Amino acid sequence: MSKDNPAKAPRWALWLPLALFAGFVALVVVGLVKPKNTDIASQMVGKPLPAFTLRAAADERPGLATADFQTGKPQLLNIFASWCIPCRAEAPVLEELRRQGVTINAIAIRDHKADLAAFLGQYGNPYARIGADDVSAVQLAIGSSGVPETFVIDGKGVIRYQHIGDIRPEQIPDILRLLKEAQ
Amino acid sequence: MIRALLAALALMMAAPVWADDSMPPAPWAYRQLPDPAQEAKAKALMETLRCLVCQSQSIADSDASIAGDMRSQVRERIAAGEDPEAIRAWLIQRYGDYVSYEPRVSAATWPLFAAPLLLVALAAFLLRKRFTSGTETEA
Repeated sequence: MSKDNPAKAPRWALWLPLALFAGFVALVVVGLVKPKNTDIASQMVGKPLPAFTLRAAADERPGLATADFQTGKPQLLNIFASWCIPCRAEAPVLEELRRQGVTINAIAIRDHKADLAAFLGQYGNPYARIGADDVSAVQLAIGSSGVPETFVIDGKGVIRYQHIGDIRPEQIPDILRLLKEAQ
Repeated sequence: MIRALLAALALMMAAPVWADDSMPPAPWAYRQLPDPAQEAKAKALMETLRCLVCQSQSIADSDASIAGDMRSQVRERIAAGEDPEAIRAWLIQRYGDYVSYEPRVSAATWPLFAAPLLLVALAAFLLRKRFTSGTETEA
């Protein structure tokens, strides 16, 4: 019994460490090559807007509350801020959507009234209502993680779609289609 | 050449410009709760919640304003008597598992929990001869 060889590994097992190493290298290469996606999708799509009431962020527009979305007509909810650089690029696109008959409500995140007035004066004001969210409370409640983001809300106040980042001119037809689908 | 190097060096040392707001932080972003037990609970939770814009930091470690707003909300809710796990669940409901540093067992994460058990079982299986033959040679 004592003369038995200790269990001998089969020949192919010799290549196992190398194969493992190759697998590891492949994993690293895939991770490096694949473009990084840092978008965090809201899990609130398909759910009703949470209840909120926000005071007016600008003098020339009323504030915003959940009830303002329960009008029977789909609307956009734009999350923006005067300190947000891509929001400047998005302003003319929102203006075009408004021109095509879309109602756009907005929530201004952590914004001073004076800064916001200057932003709206310089880049235009396509908004029907602008609510002020000074502590990102509504932003957190709808699962939004940055500015700008735009939500398609149907006529019953249910979130139907989330667009992360600024809306590009070529994406206008998509947004119009999504609004139509939300009818 | 030297100019290019200097320019590269200057670029390396330049601080990134973040678009950020100038509002004062939320009330409880940088202030501890007066009750130490509640603050301990809040701290433990904040250390396991992920910052949404900095991606590799917890909200306890981040100075991003949205992280400050999350801390303030965590402290307010804990002061109001809410259970930390209920707050975590509320956030997961909005941002998915991404927001929590405490992984749950799910369709995507079960290998995390199963792999160590399987590896220990595999090691025990591979080493079973060693254990038995060792005692036999001594006998």
